[in-house]
Amino acid sequence: MTTMNMVQAIGNALAVEMARDPSVVVLGEDVGIDGGVFRATEGLYEKFGPTRVIDTPLSEACIVGASIGMAMNGLKPVAEIQFLGFSYYTLDQMICHAARIRNRSRGHLGVPLVLRTPYGAGVKALEHHSESTEALYAQIPGLKVVVPATPREAKGLLISAIRDPDPVVFLEPTRNYRLIKEDVEEGDFTIPIGQARKVKDGKDVTVIGWGAMMPIIQDAALKAEANGTSVEIIDLRTISPMDTDTVIDSVKKTGRAVVVHEAPKTGGIGAEISARIGENALLSLKAPVERVTAPDVTVPLPKGEHFYYVDADRIHRAISRVMTF
Amino acid sequence: MLSDEFNPLEGKMLQIIGADGTVDKRLEPSLDGDLLQRAYQTMILARAADEKAVRLQRQGKIGAYPPSRGQEASQIGPALALGPNDWIIPGFRELTALIWRGVPLLNLFLYWSGNEEGNAYPEGVKVTPGVIPVGDQIPHAVGVSYASKLRGEKVVTMTYFGDGGSSEGSFHEGLNLAGVLKTPTIFICQNNQYAISLPRSKQTASKTIAQKAIAYGFPGIMVDGNDVLALYVAAKEAVDRARGGGGPTLIESYTYRLGDHTTSDDATRYRNQAELTEWEAKDPLNRFRVYLENKGLWNEDKEKASVEEAKSRVDEESQKALDHPPPQLEDIFKYTYRDLPSELQNQLKFFKKDLEQGGSN
Repeated sequence: MTTMNMVQAIGNALAVEMARDPSVVVLGEDVGIDGGVFRATEGLYEKFGPTRVIDTPLSEACIVGASIGMAMNGLKPVAEIQFLGFSYYTLDQMICHAARIRNRSRGHLGVPLVLRTPYGAGVKALEHHSESTEALYAQIPGLKVVVPATPREAKGLLISAIRDPDPVVFLEPTRNYRLIKEDVEEGDFTIPIGQARKVKDGKDVTVIGWGAMMPIIQDAALKAEANGTSVEIIDLRTISPMDTDTVIDSVKKTGRAVVVHEAPKTGGIGAEISARIGENALLSLKAPVERVTAPDVTVPLPKGEHFYYVDADRIHRAISRVMTF
Repeated sequence: MLSDEFNPLEGKMLQIIGADGTVDKRLEPSLDGDLLQRAYQTMILARAADEKAVRLQRQGKIGAYPPSRGQEASQIGPALALGPNDWIIPGFRELTALIWRGVPLLNLFLYWSGNEEGNAYPEGVKVTPGVIPVGDQIPHAVGVSYASKLRGEKVVTMTYFGDGGSSEGSFHEGLNLAGVLKTPTIFICQNNQYAISLPRSKQTASKTIAQKAIAYGFPGIMVDGNDVLALYVAAKEAVDRARGGGGPTLIESYTYRLGDHTTSDDATRYRNQAELTEWEAKDPLNRFRVYLENKGLWNEDKEKASVEEAKSRVDEESQKALDHPPPQLEDIFKYTYRDLPSELQNQLKFFKKDLEQGGSN
């Protein structure tokens, strides 16, 4: 075990997998000599050289387009896009090709590609640097969408993503990059994609979230527990394909659910989770499912961000509402 | 280097067999007679398959289809320069190149009849399934060729797109990256003069498409796209250079689409008969046939036999495609991921049950 923050854990996962598997390559803007704008690829260029850690031109669509070609021809590319807000250049390649080539070729070709990108607000950033549009990707059949919440999670899930035979959008919560340090397994270590994580057992209400929301949910749970409410917390970890069973089992037990995401409300993943609870656990519900989300507005610049961003008090109030319904 | 002599900035174009059949002996390649005949037979076969596909669409038996007529040389000429392990990354109008590289006619008809199973090419056929969003395959080709280069294989990748594709971001980003990474990629722009209705003159203000390569730091050359030999010679130089570590090349194949953009299009809305007649006179099959006849490799009997054989093969294979069993419900789920996630397994079960209750489908 080594104590790491999330950026270090991601770098460590990449180094471990690149050493183990010569077909893994890393490519993107400033990922080489600069070690990435967040330093997630630091040291890889020195260790694996410029042919496996490729500094590309400023060309997001082509970074992903070329990664698709590499993946069809035996490599396992890990493409870094500097911010989720710049991944929209790549949507055409992700939707039209990465997600479909397996289906298009009737399984003859696959695209084992990982698109790594930081996402999320709460970091006082420029416009386009605070997006949380995971639902865009989750709507696309053929893609997997994974969001780690902690350093250990990031390492285990990233190695699984690289080994996955299908394309994975790996969203790294910018806010958590250096927020938490924890012990992380050294060397080879995986956490399976498609399984949610029960962070904490509880009896009265289930709070479901992912990524940057997890520490905030944990703060809210502490407040609720101080008022005598027992909170069960689920970290979804994989947005798509979703682990519905873990959510449903928990809600059947507690009878109440609060879904938390920093993305806008309409068409968000919270709507999907709420629908699945309605379909599978309606008669267990003691209150309507609450969604704690951003409003359907553009992410404000830092001066207005506090109105937009989910905090522990908003989650705590939602927990109180479902408890007193 | 050919592009020194045929400088695209000066609008020069490489041609070996003239429209009247005269041959530039200085540039004529010494290709095996058997190979030349097989190439021509493949062009005849592709022409027959293309005409059949258009007829089947008119009869309502297959869906929209993009005709290739007139572009047979443009498609096969560059591919003649490839070795057995090289890749082709096509767009959607590369019929002749695909047949030449071993994609069975049955697969092609199956695909155009609306069944993805046609895209399941036999093992060893190094062709990726057609790409419809214009130009998107260009970055794929850069990545495919990068992977070959990284492993130290002497394998090159050839990708096809059209004059319209040269306006897409994928073209510029793909060529730029190929130039920087010096990938063994050969870019074939089939300039067939129209992107649906938009003429080449409105696609770009550049004198040639080939000259765009210069900006990306590698050679570009414009070639008579109805001249198999010129295309072969330009591609052979590009393939040899790429295989030797010399990086990419852009070849502009100056040709003409004799048919409509697709069977849903009506080209008479945007181009006139005089122009069409002029290009019909430059039919690449006729030109190559005259060349072969002059070399004593072809004659009327061979022509008749070859056309007959092509027609019967096309009839047979297209009929097989039409008789092919349609996909089952499972088939539309099966290839979304390698392993079907539990949510999709549940949806499949639900759909199955729901359809059974409906009693149809």
